[in-house]
Amino acid sequence: MDTPTTFPPFAVTAEIDADADESISHYPADKKRSAVLPLLHIIQRNFGFISKDATLWVAEKLGLEPMQVHEVVSFYPGLREHAPGKYHFRVCRTLSCAMAGSAELMDRLCELTGIDRSQSDSHHNPIAVSPCGQWSVEFAECLASCGTGPVCMVNDDFHEEIPADKAQELLNQYKA
Amino acid sequence: MSDIQYLPGKEPHPCEYRMIFKNIDRAGWDPSIDCYLNDGGYEQLKKAIKMEPQAITNEVKASGLRGRGGAGFPTGVKWGFIPPNNTKPVYLICNCDESEPGTFKDRYIVHQDPHQLLEGMIISCFAVGAHTAYIYMREEFPEAATIMEKAIEEARAKNLVGNDVLGSGFDLEIYIHRGAGAYICGEETGLIESLEGKRPYPRIKPPYFPAALGLYMAPTIVNNVESLCHVKHIIEMGGGGYAQLGVARNTGTRILCVSGDVQKPGYYEVEVGKITMGELLNDVCGGPKEGRTFKACIPGGSSAKILRCDESFTIGQGDAEQSLSFFDIPMDFDTIAACGSMAGSGGVIVIDDSRKISWILNNLNSFYAHESCGQCTPCREGSMWMKKISDRIVGGHATPDDIQTLEDVAYQIDGRTVCAFGEASSWPVEAIISKFRDELTAETSEDNDDLSEEAKIQLQFISQ
Repeated sequence: MDTPTTFPPFAVTAEIDADADESISHYPADKKRSAVLPLLHIIQRNFGFISKDATLWVAEKLGLEPMQVHEVVSFYPGLREHAPGKYHFRVCRTLSCAMAGSAELMDRLCELTGIDRSQSDSHHNPIAVSPCGQWSVEFAECLASCGTGPVCMVNDDFHEEIPADKAQELLNQYKA
Repeated sequence: MSDIQYLPGKEPHPCEYRMIFKNIDRAGWDPSIDCYLNDGGYEQLKKAIKMEPQAITNEVKASGLRGRGGAGFPTGVKWGFIPPNNTKPVYLICNCDESEPGTFKDRYIVHQDPHQLLEGMIISCFAVGAHTAYIYMREEFPEAATIMEKAIEEARAKNLVGNDVLGSGFDLEIYIHRGAGAYICGEETGLIESLEGKRPYPRIKPPYFPAALGLYMAPTIVNNVESLCHVKHIIEMGGGGYAQLGVARNTGTRILCVSGDVQKPGYYEVEVGKITMGELLNDVCGGPKEGRTFKACIPGGSSAKILRCDESFTIGQGDAEQSLSFFDIPMDFDTIAACGSMAGSGGVIVIDDSRKISWILNNLNSFYAHESCGQCTPCREGSMWMKKISDRIVGGHATPDDIQTLEDVAYQIDGRTVCAFGEASSWPVEAIISKFRDELTAETSEDNDDLSEEAKIQLQFISQ
């Protein structure tokens, strides 16, 4: 993980603490564990991924064992344990998008950003980051827009009908 | 309805019956509460909140509404499973984890018409006595989460959510709970575990039927987005009126999502069973792509068994026995089931003659291998084995025996797991092998080494 990262290191601010308390209030007072995912989302949104320190903070905040938080972090594909690029591309890999050319889109994105996906696999190391740390890619399973494939997400933005020859156009919207 | 204009190029097909999708792609429409109220929004809530809760459930039962998430279970019957002597809080969860490959309907409702969902949810909560409801929304819908949050706040400002809804004395809070990219969270008990802050390992039924032992071991109703929207229309039309739509035992409308090798993929809301597969694919979707013919079709989301387009089916018994070609199949729950597949979530994936079936199989196997939650051994191990074998077929390294091995593995998964994922992952394999065995076998060779790389390494140790 020597890639430069564009995210700040984990540190709890008053705002983050207040956001966390607000999320916890959505669940019964004796069921704070339910707020694990919301708290992890707050952390990932602010710091790019879930660090060990962040896991410990969530555990303490909710009165859980750290393992109870880590087992959630390590399960969900949507939660990351390493920093992605400043712009993280999730390309849908599943059937309808694959038929529409999502593998070609992924190849083209990697080519244009200098990303090497050869060490990535779907389970343990799904994310590949560019040497500059600005870009990262990942195959996602069905993004629920099968009629307009290939589709991809860039951070929180959703893009549909992006065949490989539109990859450069898409990247231009997110100039580093 | 006739004065509604749609955005250019997004007009519904003439054979559509737009009810749930009335406002999708509508010209001049926006997701604000003012726009919804100007169109008669929340009138059905005002009507329902004056009814007896049991009377609402009775209307939903009378409507014959079947769940639109995949299983097709009658919604009103599900509501009726809450134990009558219950003293615990009741929860309602809207399943917006839309993740069955081929399905893309809920996305449009939560992005473009959030108040229709809220109105359906509030009525449903009132009917089942839930004072807390969660919308479990998949993480990949960040924009929709923002839109729904805003819609809830707008509804609160109009006293449609919160304490004493419309002065009725009924209190209700609705929260958004975002998932984190796991397909298994669409399974209702997995979803509940996820909402409790755990890994989403599904619970075994019985005894954990959510309506009796759900969220926090309290009665919980989990309904799909589309199902909850239908409730609003059932109140408007009355259960009996609603049941006039569609065909017997398959009432109402449903949204069919067509993707893959057709001229015009997209979403089409039709009366259940009033359109055949042939009409859907050839007339509504414009037929196959230039110079191609239809080869196969997955009729209800990727877990549904594949159908060949040159197949014919004999269904019914005795005098009711009839023969149907693939293109004659009406798009309802029961006939598709009788043809050996399922209407599932309404996701129709069409495959033409340019595709190798082994490639389709391998794509699906990769999906299920990635998404198995790992709780039950047959599914955790089997889904990976199935992917490994189909990797070999696609890569040209398979032997004819591999096809049999693949089939054996599939049949050792289904029926042996806690949740329906076991069936979801093995049915596509079973169906593709039974219907395309020759094509798959043709991609294998006796000349291929029948040992995988792993088996060779293994042999070094056991042959010593």
